[in-house]
Amino acid sequence: MDINSIQDEIVEEFTLFEDWLDKYEHIINLGKELTELDTSHRVDENLVKGCQSQVWLNANHNKGKLLFEADSDALITKGLIALLIRVLSNNSSKEIMDAELYFIDKIGLGNHLSPNRANGLASMVKKIKTYAIAYSAINN
Amino acid sequence: MTNLDPYKTRADFPILHQDINGKPLVYFDNGASSQKPKVVIDAVSNYYSKSHANVHRGVHTLSQEATNMYEDARRKLKTFVNARFEEEIVFTSGTTQSINLLAFSIGEKYIQKGDEILITEMEHHSNIVPWQMLCERKGATLKVAPIFDNGELNVDAFKQLLSYKTKLAAFIHVSNTLGTVNPVKELINACNANGTKVFIDGAQSAPHLKIDVQDLNCDFYAFSGHKLCGPTGIGIIYGRKDLLEEMPPYQGGGEMIKTVTFEKTTYNELPHKFEAGTPNIAGVIGLGVAIDYINNLGLLNIEKYENELLQYATKQLIENIPEIKIYGNAKHKASLISFLIGNHHPYDVGALLDQMGIAVRTGHHCTEPLMSRYGIPGTIRASFSFYNTKEEIDKMISGLQKALNILS
Repeated sequence: MDINSIQDEIVEEFTLFEDWLDKYEHIINLGKELTELDTSHRVDENLVKGCQSQVWLNANHNKGKLLFEADSDALITKGLIALLIRVLSNNSSKEIMDAELYFIDKIGLGNHLSPNRANGLASMVKKIKTYAIAYSAINN
Repeated sequence: MTNLDPYKTRADFPILHQDINGKPLVYFDNGASSQKPKVVIDAVSNYYSKSHANVHRGVHTLSQEATNMYEDARRKLKTFVNARFEEEIVFTSGTTQSINLLAFSIGEKYIQKGDEILITEMEHHSNIVPWQMLCERKGATLKVAPIFDNGELNVDAFKQLLSYKTKLAAFIHVSNTLGTVNPVKELINACNANGTKVFIDGAQSAPHLKIDVQDLNCDFYAFSGHKLCGPTGIGIIYGRKDLLEEMPPYQGGGEMIKTVTFEKTTYNELPHKFEAGTPNIAGVIGLGVAIDYINNLGLLNIEKYENELLQYATKQLIENIPEIKIYGNAKHKASLISFLIGNHHPYDVGALLDQMGIAVRTGHHCTEPLMSRYGIPGTIRASFSFYNTKEEIDKMISGLQKALNILS
């Protein structure tokens, strides 16, 4: 599935939740289910420092696709990371560079991605994009 | 019980009567900024609608009217802190600019290589970084007085750090993170006896406690208007007249000069020497009205009522939230509570409370060294004002219980 199809799928998924409580419970569960980042990757080089919660991001590549895994010390942040990884990971650098992330706004959680929320999410997206740019520069 | 009826004062604050995320707003972020009563909002609006012109140099009626309003506000501030002279009140953009002004001007005049500046472990970044910058500029050293685990300053250690090298001590009156009310008078006496100049950061005290700079006998005192029901972008620094006279200006420009030639400029008298450029006239006028408003309620009433809220909230939190840990348990405390619950991240708790219309602050509260001292990334902070109610505290408690259910 391409990036936008996954985004649409998530938006669809979230229409099921009528109130904020169910929505946040779902996000928190996604965070809890996210594969633990190996401690060897939970290091300072991978740290995307937010003012409040922190994000660790590890990147790999396989057959021209970029793969991301990440973790956070806050559960809501972690849940949103799970969604971002579902959308962005396992795509080509070009697809990632061109990706416009609209799903977070559409599911009503845009405020968590605004840079002033200082939870590291905005910086994480920026870092993923930078990684894609760097990867494409090296391979072209 | 006090004479303050929070339900009556709440009516003066338009912003409090709205829903946030579908729930009635509970505003417990007063430590970051207080809300504004209608009289202050109207004063700013009326000023721009009817009285705006540039101050001090105009011969026309509007300019004179604006100047009168501006200088009237200075007189109100003079009385508010009980300064000797109105020219001891310098308008700045807020506490941060006040400290930067002081660090520059006092630094140029009094600080030399090898000197020491003494602060405490509980300072806000605003009362750390300008001093670090000054130390770097002058080759001076920053000394830090430690605190105890309960959030009180180690006064003996503070006194021991005072030496012949200590040219200046700068410390917070009330900690924005721990709520600790420092024994400022005792500290100031020790500094005065040592010949050390003293600056008090009053950002968190001005809205809650009566300030009397003559009784305190400090050299400098600063606070922001926006935490005191006034507009943003306005604050003051009080400075002893003889010291302000000796200190060089902070910024150059209009308003602060007497005469200018390309060879030599002479500076204006106090306080204008420190107020370069067109000032925040609307902010000053708004702050003056905020001071009237606060005086009308009475700072002693405010202090008493807020203490009631603090005691109530502390008791409710301890009784109803298992695993709560309160940071800052000083005997003398202002009306804010910093806490963590079990291993829950403050961000998660704060974001969930926000969904319930409850505004608290989470994070390190611009006191990273203090957070490192406790070995925590941040806290959840609820800070109360005289317009808050016990009913709202109950809402926070049930909000926290709900949040914990979701997170567990």
